[in-house]
Amino acid sequence: MKKKALRAALPCTLPVLMGYIFLGIAFGVLLAEKGFSPLWAFFMSVFIYAGSMQFVAISLLTAAFSPLSTFLMTIMVNARHLFYGLSMLTPFEKMGKLKPYMVFSLTDETYSLLCGIKVPEGVDKKWFFFFISLFDQLYWIAGSCIGAMAGNLIPFDSTGIDFAMTALFLVIFVEQWESASTHLPALLGIGITLVCLLVFGADNFLLFSMAGILAALLLLKKQLAAPDGSDTAPDNSGSAAGDVTSMAHGSSPEAAVSDKKGGTDR
Amino acid sequence: MTPQTTLQLILTIAIIAFATLLTRALPFFLFPVGKETPAVVRYLGSVLPFAVIGMLVIYCFKNISIFSGSRGLPELIASAFVILVHKWKHNLLLSIAGGTVVYMVLVQAVF
Repeated sequence: MKKKALRAALPCTLPVLMGYIFLGIAFGVLLAEKGFSPLWAFFMSVFIYAGSMQFVAISLLTAAFSPLSTFLMTIMVNARHLFYGLSMLTPFEKMGKLKPYMVFSLTDETYSLLCGIKVPEGVDKKWFFFFISLFDQLYWIAGSCIGAMAGNLIPFDSTGIDFAMTALFLVIFVEQWESASTHLPALLGIGITLVCLLVFGADNFLLFSMAGILAALLLLKKQLAAPDGSDTAPDNSGSAAGDVTSMAHGSSPEAAVSDKKGGTDR
Repeated sequence: MTPQTTLQLILTIAIIAFATLLTRALPFFLFPVGKETPAVVRYLGSVLPFAVIGMLVIYCFKNISIFSGSRGLPELIASAFVILVHKWKHNLLLSIAGGTVVYMVLVQAVF
């Protein structure tokens, strides 16, 4: 049963393999450049395991020790995970003893995969989900260690490699854009953040943007909620049973997020 | 190099790890199995991911100054590359690695 789930999960994670190995290498190289040994990259990727936050962590580790601002910064950068968790409440209900790891390992990419993926016939969903999450983290750990070792051995000009993070978010944005039934939430996210950046400046805009986005979405609840009156919560068991194809086939815009259709046509 | 001692570095990493876990686990503590999740929370769970990724895209561009340096041109070109290539091929590696290489060439050799 586990073996079957493992074999089914592996091909689904290939897109993340590519992305994570590359991003992990970028992270490892940057960390090595600041004088850290590969061991640091390994432990950060095992215990923190948050792509964009680990890039931010490099700047926190090279600045003066400041526990409180480190904590607040992490909460802000990772606040989006709160919403991933909200949409995974139902799908994770039956995960049993695997649940703590599923919650710990819920990164942007794992979330996108779990939302969009179709559980193959006859495969145990619980272990299928678990192996997807596990493989993703292994890729990330491998990438960051390779990067850290390469960065220590072969010094090269890595200026600009941090664009990998920007590219990652752009790709997720495109995937979501193509799967969304309405573009209003995405446009609100961009618009409100841009205004806050211009008004409050690069150091202070994030909290204001989050508050603004939350307020705007709550105000627009009537317009954005599903027209048939049913709730719009992304229900993973729903989208898994829907017509969503796997991201591994490379042409599925639906894979990035569970769309509303998936949640309601169950 | 870092101004922190090894112990401080470990503490910094531990704090980041704890805070990250907190953001991931909090919804599961607030809305345990069997307890009805409020409609407004389910609604937010469905629309927020779209808005948040939009926010993060802007976050990545926060340090661009359009009046100095390269005026954000490398970012603009590389981003256009990522978006177009991804819409065309839907290949994660091609879009991310390709875009990053384009950007690195632009900032290192062109601008």
